[in-house]
Amino acid sequence: MKSLKLGRLVLPLYSVIALVYLLIPIVYTIVFSFNNSTRSNTVWQGFTLNKWLHVCDRPGICESLGNSLIIGAVATIVATILGTAIAIALVRYQFRARSLVSLSLFLPMATPEVVMGAGLAALFFNMGAEQGYLTIILSHVMFCLSFVVVTVKARVQTLDPVLEEAARDLYANPAQVFWRITFPLLLPGIISAALLSFALSFDDFIITYFNSGPIDTFPKVVYIAAAKGVPAEANVVASAVFLLAFVIVIGTQVASNLRAKRLAK
Amino acid sequence: MAFAAFSPSAAKATGSQAKSSSRVVLALLLPGMLYLGMFFLIPLVSLIITSLETPSATGAFGMYDYAFDVSSYIDVTTRYLPQILRSFGYAFLATFFALVISYPLAYFIGVRLRPRPLIQKLTLTLVIAPFFISFLLRTIAWKQLLSDDSAVLNFLRSIHLWGEHQYFLGTPAAVVWGLTYNFIPFMTLPLYTSLERLDLRLLEAASDLYANPLATFRKVTLPLTLPGVISGTLLTFIPITGDYVNASRDFLGSSKTSMIGNMVEADFLQNADYPAASALSAVLMAVILVLVGVYVKRTGTEDLL
Amino acid sequence: MAKEFVAAGADLELKGIRKEFPGFTAIENLDLHIPAGEFFALLGPSGCGKTTTLRIVAGLEEPTSGQVLIGGQDVTFDKPHERPVNTVFQSYALFPHMTILENVAFGLRRRKTEEPLKKAMDALNLVELGHVAERRPQQLSGGQQQRVALARALVNRPSLLLLDEPLGALDLKLRRQMQIELKAIQMEVGLTFLHVTHDQEEAMDMADTVAVMNKGQIEQMGAPESLYERPKTAFVAKFLGQSNLFVGTVADSSANSLSIEVAGNKISVPKDRAEKHSGKIAIGVRPEKAEFHRTAPKPSANLNVLGPGEIKDIRFTGVSNQYLIDIPNVGNVIVFAQNVGVSPVVELGEKVWVSFKVEHAFGLQDLPSGNED
Repeated sequence: MKSLKLGRLVLPLYSVIALVYLLIPIVYTIVFSFNNSTRSNTVWQGFTLNKWLHVCDRPGICESLGNSLIIGAVATIVATILGTAIAIALVRYQFRARSLVSLSLFLPMATPEVVMGAGLAALFFNMGAEQGYLTIILSHVMFCLSFVVVTVKARVQTLDPVLEEAARDLYANPAQVFWRITFPLLLPGIISAALLSFALSFDDFIITYFNSGPIDTFPKVVYIAAAKGVPAEANVVASAVFLLAFVIVIGTQVASNLRAKRLAK
Repeated sequence: MAFAAFSPSAAKATGSQAKSSSRVVLALLLPGMLYLGMFFLIPLVSLIITSLETPSATGAFGMYDYAFDVSSYIDVTTRYLPQILRSFGYAFLATFFALVISYPLAYFIGVRLRPRPLIQKLTLTLVIAPFFISFLLRTIAWKQLLSDDSAVLNFLRSIHLWGEHQYFLGTPAAVVWGLTYNFIPFMTLPLYTSLERLDLRLLEAASDLYANPLATFRKVTLPLTLPGVISGTLLTFIPITGDYVNASRDFLGSSKTSMIGNMVEADFLQNADYPAASALSAVLMAVILVLVGVYVKRTGTEDLL
Repeated sequence: MAKEFVAAGADLELKGIRKEFPGFTAIENLDLHIPAGEFFALLGPSGCGKTTTLRIVAGLEEPTSGQVLIGGQDVTFDKPHERPVNTVFQSYALFPHMTILENVAFGLRRRKTEEPLKKAMDALNLVELGHVAERRPQQLSGGQQQRVALARALVNRPSLLLLDEPLGALDLKLRRQMQIELKAIQMEVGLTFLHVTHDQEEAMDMADTVAVMNKGQIEQMGAPESLYERPKTAFVAKFLGQSNLFVGTVADSSANSLSIEVAGNKISVPKDRAEKHSGKIAIGVRPEKAEFHRTAPKPSANLNVLGPGEIKDIRFTGVSNQYLIDIPNVGNVIVFAQNVGVSPVVELGEKVWVSFKVEHAFGLQDLPSGNED
């Protein structure tokens, strides 16, 4: 009997250790954003809030952050619209090219970033296009698209088509069915997809590096600085983004849990 | 002909309904699929074309002429053979470790935490939390934590588990460590999805039929979650083969641990040897297509996405 | 699209409706006419095509060929939102992201009716659910959701109300209660109801007219009593209640009746209750119309007698006792005896004879499956 009880503890214990292991670099990064370093951020030199308060003093950090945010927003909007449409088509409709579409959407997820980056660079070069914001955004939409489709598709599959039929039965024309029934019920999935897309775009390095030309995104600045030493201000930005994302995700989960509890009463 | 492929697969749906629904399908699919065609397919074609070019007749650096010169392929498969083997070797190891580490974690969250859905979601968030912080900075964190003079190594030295002049960075072990760490979420999420859907009553039935926990795992849990294992393996193995950040000198690797990605980067962005870079990318892509092809042949395309 | 929605029930006519799906035909050839203001039940087993018929009337499916006319107007190709028809779905299909009140008001708002919220509230009060107006569907019980679905459809005063097995998910008591309420509402409001169900008791209880559907076709249609007392096909005889069926070749026929011989027993049926008058026919009788006796009764022109046979099974169902009697070379015969407090004392294996009045027999137009030559 005793071995049974101990046995049940193994898995939770292991999971805690695994989670701690996963979180170590995050903690390290956040801690070192408070490091009173000068050039390189490798040795602890004392606690300071300076880097947080004067993060934009370090050249390139804030500009690249701004670029990443704008690119992320635009790429997310485009990828979410295109991807949601495809997801709805895949679930709600029958068509012969279904296998081809599924495969075409899977391949970008399975293609290594170097291949994609080099290929896109080759394409832009052959088109005579200059590398800049546009090429970055076009590249980002490409790899975000598949992830949007996967996320929204999962949500569409939970949507019972009978609800849309009931709306049609109750005098809603196709546009009204979509905006009053389909879209509100898909919205959580669409928002998840948009957040995922933004995260992927914001953190992308390899594809961006091949296609950005003179424009610096935040990851690019970090990579270039890695050879000489990544400044603490980079840690500040990364930590701020992390905490914001973390709070948002946890917040929405707790909020939806509370709402579900309230409805169940 | 393409339009026929988008027609409803219902053999004879009545007139106006069939027409309107295939119009809707086209409207929904076309923008996204055209986009993919333009920015995924064509780049791959571009790569192949570039890989077949020869150095320009003018002799200018970085300029190439269109040709059908397969010498680049021969060049990269011989010159870069070590990198190719290394990439697949590291990928295999890292995927294996990621699977071994992720499965119990995914099991814990997907099965054991099912009675507490809020905690389940929060714990899953912790698993993907590394995604919220820049992947480069995560890797740099390990670089600092495991550098030659770091607190970790010094501690291990003090208890005689690590040699005085032994170092970790720059070794294949460090690269595999970084790769495993960075791709654990890619492995855990598909595993979790499979495990979360696992019908626990089947495990109860197995137990009722005299199976001990190990037998239940081998005969019921593992086969039923195999789709998640395969999906996670693919989504981990394939991107790792093309990674170059972990193996790069500035991060966890050294010139002796370079992978395919490092060579593509060097040839493309520094040496302007576009045919070589493209040929190497094409070789990598070909291997991946074969792997995906085998997978799709066995399990079909319905569960891909 | 601006069609006037009538405030009273309209009649429904289906002409030559055929519906093909890839691989099978759901509806072969359907002709149906439901007069305005009637409560009509479409009864049949799963897969018989009744739900498909309903969806075609609602506009959610298009027929492969044929016409749908509501109130005399051809609506075959009209979209659902263009027809004066509302549906109560089997799964209720209440919108989870809206309050109950908004659910009920949905159709009114789409049609830009005046005072939608007030009318919605009136409809909710009609089904006695005014107090849950601000709640969400997930917070209601199955029975409550069903009533909201009904209110949501009724509030639009459709000419034709379609009900797709709406009581299926309710427990027995609640179902009985809802059957009474539905019938009362229909009679009060005067709308035409088309109720699809596989529950034959429900159909017979609520409907003015019942149509029994099998494999994409209507086998028989009429008032519940006429269908029950005089089924015309083997399927109807077996699906609606239970039947004892005897198969034989017509041996003897007089002015008013004809008879067959089965294992030495003569079974007669009045000519006006027999569909076929010659050849191999099936004659049936309902179990509650049959009796069993310990001594052979005297056969007469009015009484069919079969036997002797052995009691093989006795079952007690509260309301009645059901006896299964095996007569050699005839087969199993079921007899229901109403539980009037005193049951005949019989044991398994006892030798008994079965009798039933000739006037209760019915002759089918086809043979039960397995009896064809």
